[in-house]
Amino acid sequence: MSILINKNSRVLTQGITGKTGSFHTKHSVEYAFGRDCYVAGVTPGKGGETLEGVPVYDTVAEAREKTGANVSVVYVPPPFAAAAIDEAVAADIDVVICITEGIPVKDMILTRYKMRDARTVLVGPNCPGVITPDEVKIGIMPGYIHKKGPIGVVSRSGTLTYEVVDQLTRLGLGQSTCVGIGGDPVNGVKHLDVMEMFNDDPETEGVVMVGEIGGSDEEACAAWVKENMNKPVVGFIAGITAPPGKRMGHAGAIISGGKGAAAEKIAAMEDAGIAVTRNPADMGKMMKEVLA
Amino acid sequence: MKIHEYQGKEILREYNVATPRGYACFTVDEAVSAAHELGGNVWVVKAQIHAGGRGKGGGVKVARSVAEVKAHAQSILGMNLVTHQTGPEGKVVKRLLLEEGVDIDRELYVGLVVDRGTQRVTMMASSEGGTEIEEVAAETPEKIHKVSINPIDGLSERQAIELAEKVGLSNAVQNQAGEFFVSLYTAFWDTDASLAEINPLVVTKDGGVLALDAKVNFDDNALYRHKEVMELRDLDEEDLNEIEASKFGLNYISLDGDIGCLVNGAGLAMATMDIIKLYGSSPANFLDVGGGATAEQVTEAFKIMLRNPKLKAILVNIFGGIMRCDVIAEGLVNAAQEVNLSVPLVARLEGTNVERGREIIEESGIAITVATDMADAAEKVVAAAQG
Repeated sequence: MSILINKNSRVLTQGITGKTGSFHTKHSVEYAFGRDCYVAGVTPGKGGETLEGVPVYDTVAEAREKTGANVSVVYVPPPFAAAAIDEAVAADIDVVICITEGIPVKDMILTRYKMRDARTVLVGPNCPGVITPDEVKIGIMPGYIHKKGPIGVVSRSGTLTYEVVDQLTRLGLGQSTCVGIGGDPVNGVKHLDVMEMFNDDPETEGVVMVGEIGGSDEEACAAWVKENMNKPVVGFIAGITAPPGKRMGHAGAIISGGKGAAAEKIAAMEDAGIAVTRNPADMGKMMKEVLA
Repeated sequence: MKIHEYQGKEILREYNVATPRGYACFTVDEAVSAAHELGGNVWVVKAQIHAGGRGKGGGVKVARSVAEVKAHAQSILGMNLVTHQTGPEGKVVKRLLLEEGVDIDRELYVGLVVDRGTQRVTMMASSEGGTEIEEVAAETPEKIHKVSINPIDGLSERQAIELAEKVGLSNAVQNQAGEFFVSLYTAFWDTDASLAEINPLVVTKDGGVLALDAKVNFDDNALYRHKEVMELRDLDEEDLNEIEASKFGLNYISLDGDIGCLVNGAGLAMATMDIIKLYGSSPANFLDVGGGATAEQVTEAFKIMLRNPKLKAILVNIFGGIMRCDVIAEGLVNAAQEVNLSVPLVARLEGTNVERGREIIEESGIAITVATDMADAAEKVVAAAQG
């Protein structure tokens, strides 16, 4: 088991003929069951072409109908990315993973509003994607650092997620699924949603939750963990040294109006029984200790 | 992106949001002629910098004669204005806003933000205008009223009037305030703003509803479709290093420590700052080189960091992922040679071909200390800075 995606997922790449889309589709096809999983690509006007052995269609609906694709990954450039998500939602895709960075917030507000009653689950945008090790990789993360196992990983950052995965793998702790939820203020699944999925996944035995300054998603997740979680959780919050009012890269990573500081988040997480480390080099070690 | 108060008010007026009449002035003479142009017998001379708290710092003054306008303009233009938002170094005032004085009956607050929780725009209003809204939120949160706005329908007239009623506005001005709120929301939505704060929103003695101040920020990701907004950028208000960095796709923020950091990815960059602190030193900057980390970017990043006289050491932390470490290592070596690195450099590289990457660094003969993981890197760079 795993969450969101596995070797039975049938994946289509939106924006497959673009530089980023083709590069990462190639790497993903070469990972584990990728050749079986990646069944289609979509680029309007490029229908009929083939890329990395993957047939290209003009629309998501057509690709879904012809190939049975149920998961989509979006590499479409920012001005058109929200519309690409809308198209996947309209085609009733199960899971949409949007990698694109730099989508206007207004576009995402409209997209989230339009999909409010849809059953499609959105991951991202501005995220590294999702990987179920040894099964399928959907996104831009390096596959080789992962190892199959019992630890779930959920994180707002990209390379910091690789850092924790690398630590876990070196300690012999494999991962069930790793989910990058992205650093934008208006996005799809939050820490809490992913935590619920991990709690329900029989293969996941513990979860590492990586957060960062800004917003209050980590606090909301901590409150849920306190009442409902029946597996150990380890946490880290990036940005304890970040000054207020400065945007630390991600649009969402800013302490404003006294809200979103690391200290508040750490306090809420510790209150929920989450083992929080202040040292980003110790995330894996902490998980190992908690499981022992 | 941030803009000046006068620019914000110009945009708001295009959307029929009422503001006092006023002119932007770059010289004392311009301020004097603006005073004549406006007429009346009370004017307000307002320093235009991007930071808030201008009044308390002496950057906003009332004048009751043209001679006073001239005197205030002389004292404010060119002054180094220090507020709680500028930092202790302050900001030199290069622009003024000269406005007609208004007879204030009541001061309120209204603001628009993107609410991450509801994933919609929220309008907040309070009867407590003129003070920091954060203080109101902390001390008397019941005095802040919120409306979550449907992105398709926008703010309805009814919602707007209800909000006016909640903040205690009399029947006589409720409709006018409601129209003000609807226009403000339209301006916010149409221009892809990320924040709009009117503090204070005033009701004048003759029953007008006006934006006495205006703070408007925009979503950087949407600037490509608002050339008119992009033109309002004032580079004088931005950190030189940050501007320079952005030209090379680097996201740089100056901090006050002495260890420079060069990292790929915002989350890992913050975590690197945190671990430096944990090992007993302080980061000199936040620097995210993004996913690429090309030799050119690394060279420019080194140049920017080396301008800081406090810099004692540099930590490079690159989790290459799909990028090959040997390519990154070559870039690092070339950059170090080109800028003639004058401080100790500790590098932690992770990714494919990591062994080859380390060899390239060692073979280069350049004094780069290679670290095996983040903790090792932090320990080594802190020791290098102290030694």
